[in-house]
Amino acid sequence: MDTSAGLILREVCKIIIPAVLLFALYVQFHGEYGPGGGFQAGVIFAAAVILYALVYGRHKAQRILPLATVRVYIAAGVLLYSGVGVATMLRGGTFLDYNVLLHSPQHAQHLGIFLIELGVGITVAAVMITIFYVLDEFCE
Amino acid sequence: MDIATIVNFSLLTLMILIVVVLIRLQSLLAIALSSGIYSLLSAGLFVTMDAVDVAFTEAAVGAGITTVLLLGAIAVTGRKQTVSRHGRFLPLAVITITGAALIYGTLDMPPFGDPGAPIHTHVAPHYLTQSAEEIGIPNVVTSVLASYRGYDTLGEVIVIFTAAVGVLLLLGRTTGSGRK
Repeated sequence: MDTSAGLILREVCKIIIPAVLLFALYVQFHGEYGPGGGFQAGVIFAAAVILYALVYGRHKAQRILPLATVRVYIAAGVLLYSGVGVATMLRGGTFLDYNVLLHSPQHAQHLGIFLIELGVGITVAAVMITIFYVLDEFCE
Repeated sequence: MDIATIVNFSLLTLMILIVVVLIRLQSLLAIALSSGIYSLLSAGLFVTMDAVDVAFTEAAVGAGITTVLLLGAIAVTGRKQTVSRHGRFLPLAVITITGAALIYGTLDMPPFGDPGAPIHTHVAPHYLTQSAEEIGIPNVVTSVLASYRGYDTLGEVIVIFTAAVGVLLLLGRTTGSGRK
């Protein structure tokens, strides 16, 4: 894909991308209180990175987030999610029964949901960025 | 007519229009963009049904990322649709039969919004009434997705993981060994 974007596009993206990244984090960590969660946050985060790659070129984006790093994050999210499940089993509960994680069931549920949503967000963002990188690389 | 009916009616009309346009278009680029618009309209429809979480996902995934990835795929493969050499009657027969079967299937379903429908009487009342006490977070959608149905969500994440593994296996290697 063309890596040279116009001046206006580049300047506008400079303003938009930090806001999109911040919104992704808001959606990620506010999912228990408002609409959203790991899936949506991951996609929004990936959209910001993809927008950056489209406007400034994939090579600049890969200087911040190389494909090798993103590939690790794909597995890291799934590992975090299933790790929570294993942790609940080690503490004497059933798989993904968060209640045993902390002293009070409600706090434990908060912690469990926070962690697995984070796992979802990491995997989804990494997968979307990877697919884009690979497709873009294939085009060259 | 109240405002919800007007909004629903306009959204559905626009969606039908987009589908007609989609059928008639030949350029894959235009088709990818129109299906993005279709997703955005259905996200609007989900908002009118108070399913904001679903609408959010549809807008971000369907209208946003999918369109970009489709455009990427088109850049790899080519912009023009290859014209089919088959006759028109076999595809028409297939979609007519499938469509008729689907409509026949809906006849068994409970009416739209029926409070006595099985989906509203099984575990949903428990989730809605007990979520605040058992999970303690305001968004019931999140508590169902992440806690009551945490196992299913793990499955979904693994599906996405598998998709990335597939893409890397199919396309990732070729780029490393040599550029064409």
